[in-house]
This record gives sequence, C-alpha cells and structure tokens, in this order.
Amino acid sequence: MRPPLLVFNEKGIYCAEADVYLDPWKPVQKAIITHGHADHSRWGHQRYITHHTNVPIIKHRLGDITVSGKEWGESFMINGVKFSLHPAGHIIGSSQVRVEHQGEVWVFTGDYKTEDDGLAVPYEPVACHTFITECTFGLPAFKWTPQQEVMHNINTWWSENRSEGSCSILFGYSLGKAQRLLKYLDPEIGPILTHGAIENTTQVIRSLATFPKTQLITKDTPKELFKGALVLAPPSAHGSSWIRKMVPYVTASASGWMTFRGARRRRAIDKGFVLSDHCDWQGLLASVKATGAEKVISTHGYTDIFSRYLRELGYDARTEKTQFEGELAEMETTKENTAST
Amino acid sequence: MKQFAALIKTLDSTNKTNAKVGALADYFKTADDSDKLWTIAILSHRRPPRPVNTTLLREWATELAQIPLWLFEESYHIVGDLAETIALILPEGEEPSDKSLSDFLEEMLQLKAKEDTEKKAYLHENWRRLNYYERFVFNKLMTGGFRIGLSQKLMTRALSMATGIDKDVLAYRLMGDWTPKKTTFQELILEERPSDYISKPFPFYLAYALEAELAELGPVSEWYAEHKWDGIRSQVIVRSDELFVWSRGEELVTDKYPEFQALVGTVPNGTVLDGEILPFPKGEIGTFNDLQTRIGRKTVSKSLLEKTPVILKAYDLLEWEGNDLRQRPFSERRAILDGLFTKVHAQLDVLQLSETMVFDNWSAVAKERERSRAVRSEGLMLKRKDSPYLVGRKKGDWWKWKVAPLTIDAVLTYAMRGHGRRSNLFTDYTFALWQTTESGEQELVTFAKAYSGLTDAEFREVDKFIKANTLERFGPVRSVTPQLVFEIAFEGIALSKRHKSGVATRFPRILRWRKDKKIEEANSLEDLKQLLPISEMS
Repeated sequence: MRPPLLVFNEKGIYCAEADVYLDPWKPVQKAIITHGHADHSRWGHQRYITHHTNVPIIKHRLGDITVSGKEWGESFMINGVKFSLHPAGHIIGSSQVRVEHQGEVWVFTGDYKTEDDGLAVPYEPVACHTFITECTFGLPAFKWTPQQEVMHNINTWWSENRSEGSCSILFGYSLGKAQRLLKYLDPEIGPILTHGAIENTTQVIRSLATFPKTQLITKDTPKELFKGALVLAPPSAHGSSWIRKMVPYVTASASGWMTFRGARRRRAIDKGFVLSDHCDWQGLLASVKATGAEKVISTHGYTDIFSRYLRELGYDARTEKTQFEGELAEMETTKENTAST
Repeated sequence: MKQFAALIKTLDSTNKTNAKVGALADYFKTADDSDKLWTIAILSHRRPPRPVNTTLLREWATELAQIPLWLFEESYHIVGDLAETIALILPEGEEPSDKSLSDFLEEMLQLKAKEDTEKKAYLHENWRRLNYYERFVFNKLMTGGFRIGLSQKLMTRALSMATGIDKDVLAYRLMGDWTPKKTTFQELILEERPSDYISKPFPFYLAYALEAELAELGPVSEWYAEHKWDGIRSQVIVRSDELFVWSRGEELVTDKYPEFQALVGTVPNGTVLDGEILPFPKGEIGTFNDLQTRIGRKTVSKSLLEKTPVILKAYDLLEWEGNDLRQRPFSERRAILDGLFTKVHAQLDVLQLSETMVFDNWSAVAKERERSRAVRSEGLMLKRKDSPYLVGRKKGDWWKWKVAPLTIDAVLTYAMRGHGRRSNLFTDYTFALWQTTESGEQELVTFAKAYSGLTDAEFREVDKFIKANTLERFGPVRSVTPQLVFEIAFEGIALSKRHKSGVATRFPRILRWRKDKKIEEANSLEDLKQLLPISEMS
C-alpha cells in the first residue's frame, strides 16, 4: 500500500511527495492557500501560492510576502505532483485545492458554500477519490434561506428602523460577509457607514466587484448622520464604546449561528439573520455526493457527527484534527478578532 | 396561530424589554378574546398537560425529517431546546394552516386521551403545514414550560397597557386556580366577581438583598428584624371553611400538607397567612433536605407524615375577617397576627410565629445575624414597621440580609451543554473534592453541580477549555481533564445517603474561578464535612 497523498501533521495538511503544505498553521517553506481568512492564511511562510484574486487580499493582511497567483483550473506541478485550484464560493478569491499523483485525486475544500452569492465565483464540485471537507455547520438543524430572501429581510429591517429614527448596526466579518452584505444593501434607503476594518478590506476588493458607496466612520462623523443610517461593523465592535454615539440603535448579526435562538440572545443582539458563507447540512451532503469520493475526511465543525452519518451512508469517513477554527461556537467573533488589524 | 407566531417572532427580534412589552400589548389589543386568554394562561405557566411524551415526539419528528434518532439527539444537545430542534430539522411547511392559537390548544387538550397512532397522525399533519415559527410555537406548547424570555411580570405590564387596568389589580386577578376552559377573558380580566376569590392568594411581596450599609436604612427603631427561614414561602388561606395552601410559584399545594387542615375551624374564616413551610422532625426545625422528601410527593404517606411533619412559620397577615389588610402598616398586621396566635396556639402545633425582634442599635442586629446558622435560619429579614404589603419584588421597605455563604475550592470534573441562551456552550458543571482511598491514594469525588456565577466571558473561556480537554463523552456529558479550580458557595449542608459524597449542599453556585490555584490545592471532602452543623456530625 502506498502512503496517503496528504497527511495531517503538526504544521498542517502536508503532501510529502511534493513537499508542500495546504493552509498550514505553522510557518513552512511552501504553502498553498485556499482563502484570506486568518485561520487559513497565516503569517510566516517562505512562499505562498493562491488564486490571483486572493493575492491582494492576503497581501493586505500579511504585508510583503512572496506569493504567486494561479488561474482557476490551471495545473501546476510541484516535484511531480499535479495541483490546481477550483472555486470554493466561500468568499472572493477562495479555492479548493485539487491534488493528483499517479492517478489518485484528493480535493481539499478549505471553507466553502454551495449557494452562488453573486460575488465569489460559485463553488464547483471536483471529482476525486478522497474529499477533505469542512463541516462547520454539519448538523441537520442548519438549513439556509435563499440569499435574496435574507437580503430582502435585512433591507426591510433597515427601512423600518430608519422610519423609527434608529440607526441599524449590522455585524459581519470584515472579510467576506461584510462585502456580501454591502453588495445587496439598498443604498436608496439611506447612507451606509462602515467601521475601519471593513472599509479597508472593502477597498482592497473594490477592484474585483461593484459595491454601493460607503462612508468611513471617524471620530469626526456627526452624530446626526447615524440616525436612520446602516452601520456595517465587525462582531468585535458589539458592546464596545465605539457604538455608543449611534444611540438610538438596533443591532443585528448576519451569521449561520443565528439559526439558534440561544446564540442570538447570548450575544444580546436584537435581530439575527441566518446568512452563512459555509455549507448547510444539505449543501455538505450534496457536495460529498457530487465529488464521487469514497473517502471523506472532515476537518472542522461538527466533524464527529458528520463523519458518523457519512459512515452510515456507506462512505469511508473519518475526522482529522486541524487548527481551522474547530468547534468554537464563537467562531465568527474569534475569527474577526484575529483577522482585523 | 399566525398572529401568535408573529408575536413570538417580533419578541425574538428585539433584546429590549420595552419593545417586547409594547409588542405584547399590541397583541392584547388586537387578538381575539379566546386567544388572549390562552396567551395569558401560557405565559403564567398554565399550559395544558403535555399531550405527547417527549420520547414519542422525538421519534415521530425524526421519522418525518428522515434522519436517524442518534443524529436528532446530537442536534438536540447542541441546539439546547427540544421544541426548537424539532422545528429546525423538519422540512418547511407546505400549506398554511388557518387554525387559531385556541383551536390548537383545544385540540391538544383532546389529544392527550387519544391512541398513539392518532397522535402521530395529528403531529405529522400539523408539522407538514406550519412554517418555522409556527412549528416552533406548536412544539413549545407540546413540550412544556413556555419559557421564551417573557416573565409573568412583563406580561402583566403589557396587559395593563392594553386594558388600562392597574397592574397590581391584574396580578391579583391572575392568581389562583383558573383555566381558560373555566373562564373567559371578560370574566377573568375585565370583571370583578368577589365570589371567585375564595381560593385566591395575594401576589407575594418579595425582598431584595440588602445592598447598602445598615446605617443608611435610618433609625433602627423604625425596623423589625426577623430570622429568614429556609423553607417554602407560602400563603395559607382559610375561607368559607375551606383550606388553600399556595406556594410562591403559584402552585396550589393544599394536598401536600394535610397538617394544615387543622386550621379550618380553629382560625376564623377570611384569614390569609403569609409564612414559610418548614420541616419539623423531632420537634425542631429540620434541614431543607428533610423538606425535599415532602415537596415531590403528591400523596403523603402516614409514615412520612410522622417522620417529617411540617409547620407554618407565620410572619404576616394579609387578610383578616375577610378584609384585605395589605395597605395597613406591618406593625398593625403583626399585632393582629400576634393576637390570633395567642388565642389559637394551644390547639395548633402546626402554627408557629416568626418572632419579630427590635434592637437598640444596628450592631446588635448584626450580632443577631451571626446566630443565624445556630437557629437554622439563612440570615435576617429587615422590615420597616410601617410598611404596606406590596406586590412583587420591591426595594425600600423589606430587605433580606443573608449570612455569608459557606465556600469551598473544588475541581471541575464533568461538563454539560447549557440550555436556552447558553445552548451550545458548556455551562453546567460538576465539581469534585479530594478523598483519600483505603490504599492511601488521593481521588476526586463528585460533590455538587453548579451552573451559575461566572460571567459570559468566563463561561466562553471555560467552554473552550472543556472542548479542548475532553476525556470521554457520555451523551451530552463530557468528562474533562481535572485542571480548573473554582470556589463554590452554598447556603447549607447536610448529610445525605443519596449523594456519593455523603453530603448534600443547598444551592451550590460558582463564586469565582480560582485561576491562582492548582488542583492539588483544592479542598477535601473532609474539609467539607467540617462545615456540617454540630448536630449532624455524629
């Protein structure tokens, strides 16, 4: 029996044949990066390889790094192993990594979602023998509402708040979620104001997509402007003194965790919108099926539960421990804290 | 149902109390009377008996969702609410239902007596129709206490806004033994009918914990002090030759305490006593543990009555000769109560008086508090002599001043996910103390569970530790590497055969996280037993 093409070691997901890591969490020589979130694209590698649209995003956070950008589906050889990147639909510039060697194909998803959000290039299933998948929301309780409907609800919520003279504060990650929300906010309703972390990241992405006009909140922003406005802020801003001058305000969070009533109440947020950049339960199952894989490895999320279910369906499924945000229920906040600078 | 589900959705869309009360008041203005009445019933803990047990609910829900039962259970542990889990895993409803909230509740009342096949068909049919929020509400009605972050107090406030009736008056009208089957919105809320009031208790007046310095309460001469008894706060009512015993949870518990039947015929009709039901084995006040043996029983055996009799420690008189005394000063109410006691106590062992004490200075009061554990009380109650009997928890006239809790440092050994707003977070903990085994080794023995006392941020931190340090999983429970030490506070302690440690603690909770301590520095079971009252040390 030959050794597995990819193994999980203390530094990350490793291809020994090519001597390259996928989304490593410790500094390495050569890293293939799926997307720009901080738990997947870390600091300190000698060389980065990623999709070209992700290059400005990770440079924004990691500074002057050695990075080469690839096109979707473009094959590149490293020590005789064939690699290519394929859209993951998670956020702008996010990829799955396909690894092929001597006729055997593995795919690593990074983070992904199956719904087309009109911003990231939509997810494409890639045929493989072994599928390494995230399952952040790997429970049948998670079932997403179509984006169009959620965004309609968000815009309605905003106009109602505006008519009552309140400021609407909407929390979402600075990278990915914030731009997805921004793209579909209706600027006819009122002004859209942004937190610095979101404004900076959005600036980087403006060259890749069109967004409504935003206005950066500074200490000089007049108090009257907040009345009826929509404020886009990272989750870490909730409960900080930064939002005090927006009184009267109502708060909302857009996240897959908002499925749970308890999650919203625990954060003391007024309104929860269920909007996620990960797959829901059916999305995960459909993706696994579409790859035709016989072996499935789950990396983060409700891995034990998801793997057990896959085994009942007849897959050879197991879990591997990684440092992708794991079981953290507070994932969105944690991620935000490390991602924003 | 649509309107009620929409109300719940609105309540779910805000974290602000005033907005919630406003939404509920709007509902009370627009819903039809039978729905309003049921809404009041549900929010005052008068839901119909559970028509289907939760085991069957789970089975039938997983059948419709086409998932295995274990997957449902795992989801439930994470979601933390049964009704919500079922609503989430079911497919989206297809054809909306026009039935009203009261239609559904009437059907649920009927459903209880039906065969399982009919119950299942009923559930499946409705689950197929209802949308997410309707399903959630439907399941909540099916599964139990309708806890949705809206207290009875807020409900009464909303009802007062909608009807213009004073909220204390409403609180009184909502007390007692009524059901939507037996009354109407008009009768219960809008009309005043004295004949309905035979069984009705008054809303309890509750005290806050003393915050200020004693001296800030003013001259000590304006105050009475009493010991604070640790039993079941109750109103005992004698009207029209009938006895009614109400606990503070507004539960009619007359049948559980047959001892008090002796009051009928001895105490005049038109009397309402406020006091504490206390266990009284061997002619003295027992521990709360003794009382536990009585609380759970619906029928009380003769041997239990002999082993653990109860008394009423009376401290207030709310009605006398059919007149509501609540606006009269406490000193006057007490004078009448004292007179009553003098007249009847020779014939009534079950009635005792909670002594009111007067002191010359505050330091004497503080000294009396030090005696609390010795007289089996939890501390002192301070009551202003001229205070009226108010409704609900109010500041100013009554204060509770408990003795400092007992504390011990213990090791976190097991954890379970919490419910409601703590769902998906490990917040329910089991703690252990050291014990030396016969072979001389040190082992940890479980002694208490606690799930309150940490801040949200601390809970998140402990949750993270638990997820990273799980040793074994037993369904929802995880054993964790013994590493964290917490200071646990509790009100009392007694020997117990039902506990592995041999000791039961009363109201254990986390006082603080001892990050400065290693597990070797945690206390032992021996240390805990040193805290037992002398009478139990034998």
